[in-house]
Formats: sequence, C-alpha cells, structure tokens
Amino acid sequence: MVRYIVKRLGTSLIVVIGISIVVFVLLHFMAGAPGRSVLGPTASADAVAAFNREHGFDQPLVVQYLSYVSEVLRGNLGQSFKLNQSVSDLLSDNAGRSAMLSLAALVLAVIIAIPLGTYQATKRNSASDTALTGVTFLLYASPQFFIALLAIEIFSIKLGIFPSQASQSNSPFVIFTDPVAMALPVLTLAASNIAVFARYQRSSTLDQLGQDYIKVARAKGVSERGIIRNHLVRNSSLPLITLIGVSVPSLLAGNLIVESVFNYPGLGLLFINSLQREDYPVLLAYTLIGGVLTVLGTLIADVVLAAADPRIKLS
Amino acid sequence: MSAKTEQEPSPETSKDERVAASWRLPLTLKGVARYRLGLTGGCLVAFFILFSFLGPMVYQSNQNNVDTLNALLEPSSEHLLGTDAQGFDVLGRLMQGGQISLQIGFFAALIATVTGTLYGAAAGLIGGKTDAVMMRFVDILMAIPFLFVALIVSTRFNPSVLSLSIVLGLFSWLVPARLVRSEVLSLRTRDYVSAARSMGAGKWRLVLTHLIPNALGVVIVNITFQVADTILAVATLGFLGFGLSYPETDWGGQLSSGVNYLLSGYWWLIYPVGLCLVGLVLAFNLVGEALRDVVDKRRTV
Repeated sequence: MVRYIVKRLGTSLIVVIGISIVVFVLLHFMAGAPGRSVLGPTASADAVAAFNREHGFDQPLVVQYLSYVSEVLRGNLGQSFKLNQSVSDLLSDNAGRSAMLSLAALVLAVIIAIPLGTYQATKRNSASDTALTGVTFLLYASPQFFIALLAIEIFSIKLGIFPSQASQSNSPFVIFTDPVAMALPVLTLAASNIAVFARYQRSSTLDQLGQDYIKVARAKGVSERGIIRNHLVRNSSLPLITLIGVSVPSLLAGNLIVESVFNYPGLGLLFINSLQREDYPVLLAYTLIGGVLTVLGTLIADVVLAAADPRIKLS
Repeated sequence: MSAKTEQEPSPETSKDERVAASWRLPLTLKGVARYRLGLTGGCLVAFFILFSFLGPMVYQSNQNNVDTLNALLEPSSEHLLGTDAQGFDVLGRLMQGGQISLQIGFFAALIATVTGTLYGAAAGLIGGKTDAVMMRFVDILMAIPFLFVALIVSTRFNPSVLSLSIVLGLFSWLVPARLVRSEVLSLRTRDYVSAARSMGAGKWRLVLTHLIPNALGVVIVNITFQVADTILAVATLGFLGFGLSYPETDWGGQLSSGVNYLLSGYWWLIYPVGLCLVGLVLAFNLVGEALRDVVDKRRTV
C-alpha cells in the first residue's frame, strides 16, 4: 500500500510539473510582458522596457519559469499589477468561500444521487426508473447557467422563497449562517452532479445485482431491504469515489458559472473579473491551482479506492 | 485478477466511461426503447440542422441592422417569437445561433477526432517509452481545467467560428487519443494485423488501412458526445461574455442578454433559446448513447 501511494505520488508530481510548464508557457504567449498593460497606452517605450527589465520580464522564458516556480514554492504566487495586491492574498481571501460552496454541493449531490441511483437500479425498467432516467438525462444536457436561470425564475421570482443573489458575506461559513441566501447556488451546482452521479450509481448497482454474493444473501433469507442496505449500497458506491475524484474540473467550472450568475464572491467570480481586467498573474495562478486540484482529486480517489476495495491489485 | 474490470466501471475519467463502459442492459424491450430514443435524437439533430440552415430561407427576418424602434416586441404574427433589445427578430436570431453552434460543434469535433485518432494510433503502435511519454503528455493536458484555458485564450483572440473551433478542438482531442490508443493496443495483437505485418505492410499502412477503420466505432460514438460538449462549451463562453461578437451571435450570448429581462417577464428572450440549447445537446447525447450500444454489441459478438 505504502509503495503504491509513493508511486502514485511520483507520477502525480511529474504531471504537476508538466501542468506548470504548459500553463506557464501558454499564459506567457497570451499575456506577453505586462509592462505595456500596466503602464497604459500613453507610456513611453523606454518606460515599458524599464518596467519589464525591473520585474525580470525581459529574461528568457526558461529563466522566468524557474524563478516563478521558486517563488511559488515559497508561497508567493506573483503580483496582480491591476489590483496592486499579491495574488496569494487575493486567492486566499476567496478560496474558503468557493471551497465551502463546492463541498456543500458535492455532499448534497452524493446524498441524493446514491439513494436515487440505487432505487432506479432495484426498480429497473419500471415507469419510475424510466421517468427518473429521463430527468437525469435532461439535467445532464442542460447547461448550468440555464439551470441557474430556471431556479431563479421559479424559486426567487415566482415563489419568492430564495433570493436571486448569493450572500455577499465575507465569511466562508456563510452556508451555515445564511443558508437561505445560499440555497440556489448550492442547488444549481449540485443539480448537474446529481445527474452524473445518479446515472453512474444506477449502472454500478445494476452490475452488482448480478453478483453471486447478492444471490447468496437472498438464499440466506435476507430481506430485499437488508440486501440493499447491508450489501448492495456499500459495494455499488465504491466506483463513485473515483467519479467524485475526477469531477474536480467540472466542479471548478461549475463554480465559475454559478458564482458569476449568483454574484457570489469566490474564486470563480475572481477569475471572471480577472479575465475582464486581463489580470494574467491571477489567471495563471488559479489555472495552476485548478490543475493541481485535479491531480489531487484523482490521486486521493485512487488511494481511497485502493484502501476501500481489497479486490484492487496494486500494480 | 480481472475481477475489477468486470465488476466495476473502470476508474478512468467520466467521459471515457461515457464512451467505453457498457451498461449491460438486457437486449429486450429496453433495447428497442434505446433504439427509439436514438432515432428520436437523430430526428432532433436533423430538425435543428434544417431549422438553422434552411430556416432563414423560409422565415426571412432582418438580422443585419439594429432596429431600436422595434425592440422588445412581444411575439406577434410579424415576429413569431418577438424581438430582442436590439430589435432583432428572435426566431431568426435562434436560427443564426444554431448555425454557429452546429458549425463550431462539428468543426471542433473534426479537429479533435483527426488529431486524437492519429496521436492515439501512433502512441499505441509505436509503444514502449515513446508511448509512455506521449500518454503522460495527454495526462498533463487532461488535468488542466479546459474551460479556464478556453476563457483565457478568448481574451486574446477575437472569438470567431474558426478561432473557437480551433481552440475547442485542440483541447478535446485527448479523449479520442486515449480511446484510439487502447483500441489499437487491443487490436494490434490480432491475427489479421500480424498477417498484414508479416506481408510487409508498413507502420502507417497498418494504421490507416487496418487499425483506424477497426477503431472507428468508438471514435464515431465519441464524436457525437464531443459535438454535444462543444456546443455546451461555446454556450458557456457566450454566456460568460466571451463568445462571438456582433453581428455574429450564439445561443449562450443570446441567453445572457435575455437574463436582463428575467424580471420583466420577457419569456421569449430566455426560454426559446434555452430549450434549443438543451434540445440540441440532448439530441446528440441520445444519438451517442444509441450508437454506443451498437458498437458494444458488435464487440461482444
């Protein structure tokens, strides 16, 4: 097990290094040297050149990359020239709120999707299963921003239950302190994941239902409910661990859309605003973090799955 | 112990699974229902193609000039779905947006499929260290949040059908590359491939005449999902304000300008375009699901 984890850590590290190179080079070609955009169109060419020289932007790309990496390793993610603030501060100000939003949506999605998918599989091909499959399929095909708009139309404009704007509080724990204002963002973010998770849970439960241990349990006289509760769910939910691990990119993308629709001050909204400001240091840092989170998600899922499922051969 | 792959969907990415995992449904009523659903999806796709490309010939409307005197009109016999804030006829605008969505969807899928197929086939066939390095590169790109990069790139390139297709296509070849590689790995040990090789067929000849045609099933299934994903991605870019600019238009951008009128109750600025988007994506997904069943069936035979 330890050897497996060490090996997975090693490959993940290589992938993270690769991500940093690709993203850095890409952003370099998109942004160019920031002197002109910082000093404005009226600044003289000399001033721009002096600015770029002072901040090391005239160095060869390899040198710039290495110095960026050595700064990042020391916890310095660069400087937002547009806001005159350190990128680390900007990101850490918003990270908690985004993390709590994603976590709440993820937990909600899992809590709903596991029973839903299991129910569908045990009642497979019934009218209710077909109807639920239709609903999840429809949800799956709907863009998140359209789900968000429908949610606003129904819950906020027609019914007036939830506000159409998320809480503007600075606290990352606003989900607990002001759940009414956070209901629609969490529900919207959860909705697409429910669709994906439930479909997956359904098919993995169907796979399990054909296994011998279910037949044995039935032959022993275990009730259908007992089979589902004690045997089925535990085994059929294992693959979901992997799915949650690889759903980090879609969660990040979801955050971007949901935070922008509901005006929730998190990393997603910061990213959108930075795009409009063409604030490339922020964009670079958050894209890198997104890549690292994606790798971490897969890594953790693999390790947890290997620990939870003794059938997996660690090779 | 091959129990793992048989008992559980393999722990690849969710998209790979959508394409590769078999659902093991009984080939009974459900099979017929799937076939019907696939057919429905196909008809919907055909409808949207006709609607977007032939529709403007039947239903003519002014899509070139801003007409503020006729802005935000309710649906009437003159404007079947009303007009938007610039005075454009909404139904005509939907057709234009549909053209853009379909063009970018197909073009990006084409770029992604050709690139991915060649890359995956090359990696699978060369094998060894080169294969390992090539696939690690795919892992790296796979872990970079695609929407982030697409948004960043769109700050520099003025979005057009061509530039969006290239950007979206160049970030979606990873899945077909993985699929084709694993197909090639399983195919290259087959007898007919060894036979061709022993007859002196060159590597590229092997790839082009034997391996790619046989891997075509998974590739085609992937294309339909790819088109759906691209249409969603274009709409998302448009909704966030990084889509096509005037006079071109896309569904995401139309929806985002309609949002301003959510409170005023101008439903024709939101629901028609939202339904088109969901309908088209759903249609491609239905076709993909049905095609995958066909490909899987062929495989188990």
